[in-house]
Amino acid sequence: MTTLATAEVAESKAVHGFWTRSSKAGIAYVVLGLVAAWLGTRVDDGADAVFKIFWTGSDIEVKLPAAATVFVLAALCVLAGATLISPAGRNLFGWGTGVALVGFTLAFVCFSIAKPGVFLPVTATMQGALFLALPLILGALCGVLCERSGVINVAIEGQFLVGAFTGALIGTLTASAWAGLIAGALAGCLIGLFLAVLAIRYLVDQVVLGVVLNLLALGLTGFLYERIMQQAAEKYNAPPKLGEWTIPLLSKIPVIGPALFDQNIFTYFAIALVVIVYVALFHTPFGLRTRAVGEHPAAADSVGVRVNWVRFRNVLMGGLIAGVGGAFFTIGSAIAFNKNMTVGKGFIALAVLIVGRWNPIGALLGALLFGFTDQLQIFLSSMPGGSPIPSQFLSMLPYIVTIFAVAGLVGKVRAPAADGVPYVKS
Amino acid sequence: MTKPPVEPPGEGESPETTGDGAPDRRGEGGEHAAHAEPAVSSPDAEPETERGEVTAEREALLEAAAAGVAPQPDQTVKVEAPPLEKPHSWPVRFLRYLVTANAVMVTVYSLILAMIIGGILIIVSDEEIRGMYTYFFSRPGDALSASWTAVADAYSALFQGAIINFEQLSLALNGESEWGPVLRPISNTLTNAAPLIFTGLAVALAFRAGLFNIGAQGQAIAGAVGAAVVGFGLDLPLGIHLVVTLAGGALAGGLWGAIPGILKARTGAHEVITSIMLNYVAAYGLLWVISTEFVHSEERTDAISKSVDNTSWLPNLFLDANLRANWGVLFAVAAAGVVGWLLTRSTLGFRMRTVGANPDAARTAGMGVPNTYATAMGLAGALAGLGGAVIMLSSTSHALTPAVVGNVGFDGITVALLGRAKPVGVVLSGLLFGAMQAGGVQMQTVADIPVDMVTVLQALIVIFIAAPALVKAIFRLRTSRGAGMDLTMAKGW
Repeated sequence: MTTLATAEVAESKAVHGFWTRSSKAGIAYVVLGLVAAWLGTRVDDGADAVFKIFWTGSDIEVKLPAAATVFVLAALCVLAGATLISPAGRNLFGWGTGVALVGFTLAFVCFSIAKPGVFLPVTATMQGALFLALPLILGALCGVLCERSGVINVAIEGQFLVGAFTGALIGTLTASAWAGLIAGALAGCLIGLFLAVLAIRYLVDQVVLGVVLNLLALGLTGFLYERIMQQAAEKYNAPPKLGEWTIPLLSKIPVIGPALFDQNIFTYFAIALVVIVYVALFHTPFGLRTRAVGEHPAAADSVGVRVNWVRFRNVLMGGLIAGVGGAFFTIGSAIAFNKNMTVGKGFIALAVLIVGRWNPIGALLGALLFGFTDQLQIFLSSMPGGSPIPSQFLSMLPYIVTIFAVAGLVGKVRAPAADGVPYVKS
Repeated sequence: MTKPPVEPPGEGESPETTGDGAPDRRGEGGEHAAHAEPAVSSPDAEPETERGEVTAEREALLEAAAAGVAPQPDQTVKVEAPPLEKPHSWPVRFLRYLVTANAVMVTVYSLILAMIIGGILIIVSDEEIRGMYTYFFSRPGDALSASWTAVADAYSALFQGAIINFEQLSLALNGESEWGPVLRPISNTLTNAAPLIFTGLAVALAFRAGLFNIGAQGQAIAGAVGAAVVGFGLDLPLGIHLVVTLAGGALAGGLWGAIPGILKARTGAHEVITSIMLNYVAAYGLLWVISTEFVHSEERTDAISKSVDNTSWLPNLFLDANLRANWGVLFAVAAAGVVGWLLTRSTLGFRMRTVGANPDAARTAGMGVPNTYATAMGLAGALAGLGGAVIMLSSTSHALTPAVVGNVGFDGITVALLGRAKPVGVVLSGLLFGAMQAGGVQMQTVADIPVDMVTVLQALIVIFIAAPALVKAIFRLRTSRGAGMDLTMAKGW
């Protein structure tokens, strides 16, 4: 995505003429819209799509005629695609994409739930999406801190794993979720320390290093799990749950109240952290130094910023955050640790970071998108009556969305210039 | 690496034509041109060649040209650099070699370091021994001897499961047992090594083109599926069926592997993310494939596919039918040879290495960088697909199961890194890790050490190799060139 991608994109525009990114995407959305319309013809006559929405203290039911709704959404999708193909829509790429994808997703949801006795609990889905997004938010924030200072961190997955393991182990031993949380953070920080020492001091290639650190974390947690936790699960692997806080008035807000203000402590922590990292990165000397080191270390060095020290510190702080994200997997909902329980969430966090353009707010939005996909997938595969699509394909959904997001957005995003380049003072 | 060879005086042709035009110009001085060719690729084939030696070689060529004597093509030209100090006797030189940070010794020391850390883990994770350390100062002997026993038992099981089982050996020597069981550890090692070499090559090949292929796992799964479908779907005679089955695996793996390559070429999406996502997609895809009516076993209800026909099984390597080792490892070594030839002797390989070394320069030189990415990933995928096919054909059920390829794709990454992305290195490290996995099983059954220990050791070894400066500092080794992995990926995202 560096010079190569830009050059390639420029080249393809020059050669292909009509086939710009916008028109290609537009055609894809028109096709998606037609698929959605076809789904609409498959809906049973008179079937309703039922949504349950939280409304001042209790749930209300919203019934929509399924077929008609699907057709309207399909038309919306086709329209968005057509706009992008037409010369007028060239500058509306973001909007067109948004409308088309939301339209298609909702059409698909309506199609899936258009059965008697099935409803979509909207508020609970939002709650679940945010819940599933939490580790992604924390992982992506770790990535933001590392990569803005010029260190690529592919080891987020490994930090999640050790955080989850240590959180469960210490949480169980001390019978305190808070102790588990702190231990998890420190474990993530330890992986960060390895990363920092080897990448900054010993100049090891950072992508390679990250992948190997993930393997190390996988082997280490697997080994200790078998050797310690499996021997006496109730003694070592029965983590307590970190409590939930209900914020008195705000949690009564219609629709979004319970999703945002009746949540796990991790939620408040993650959202607060997004704000803190955003402010720190863009409105404090700390952030200025971090970004300078990530963009042009030599220039930063020449004005007296200690480049490698800044990187070291950022990687360690990132490790703390990712460790908390890992601890969430176990003590976030009192789930026992299991081998490789993070199943690639660390890599999705990395994708979220890229999709969110190395920006905390963008990372938050990206994480919510993935959380929603994941929640939808879980809902559809556990829906009464079963999903019309094999559950294995639903399980692929978050990963496929990641591929599309990364492939579709690149060229538009730019990593910090010195990302992954070790700084050696000459 | 791509420096043109020094032309003998009087030869004004451009260096690019040297290789192709050599046969035509085999007149006077033509020999030099033909001979100069190895000088282009030699830094790659022998990475440890020091710069001084190359210049010495060039000087020899120049001298020979001046004297009008053409050096024999087969003869390696070596001119001794003027000795800086008195030559030592061989034991001294050997000892010096041991304390120098060269590629071999860094690997050995990394192995030792990893085993030490692994030993500490074994001790720390043992509840009984932990208890003994609480009264360490009153009776240190207890804790120390128990620690020693635990670690020694584990590593001795690792060794005996991988290379040779001493108990069986003594039985066989006394004539109380067959020789077959003595060979079993080696047989297991070779069986494990074959797919590891394939996936290691898949990662290594992509590395050389500047791509980090973490998708070998998914490609191996795709390969296993492709091979299985051909294996039970088609009805072909012995021999041909095996070839077609392997080809099916290679094709499926290649197509799967080409996806990240094409995505990178067309959109710039980083292959690390796309290929790892495709691993998960492939894992779920495998579950789905197994559940389909066409693939699922007719006799069994659990998640297992039909078995492939025995016409497509890999022939046994040993005569003893109880030994699992099959021709897979021979194919793997052959594949390493092909990859070696491809990288160092073919135009495509040259293009891949150039793109890997500097994509901007490659584009300036008129090479199609996107196409090279797609081709390299496709080839890598085909190799990993072969690995998946071999592992499926080596399994006892000869069928697809949800965990049919195990962790072979991820292990391939460590194999490629330990082998420094060179085919020979990949074969050797594949054998080493294959041995460790064979031993790991023994370690789990005999010494009760979880097999995950092998993953830990692999990761640790590679981390130390990736940081030769660290190993050098720990053991206070002498400086030497060529110790590192020298694998610097494309910078940034």
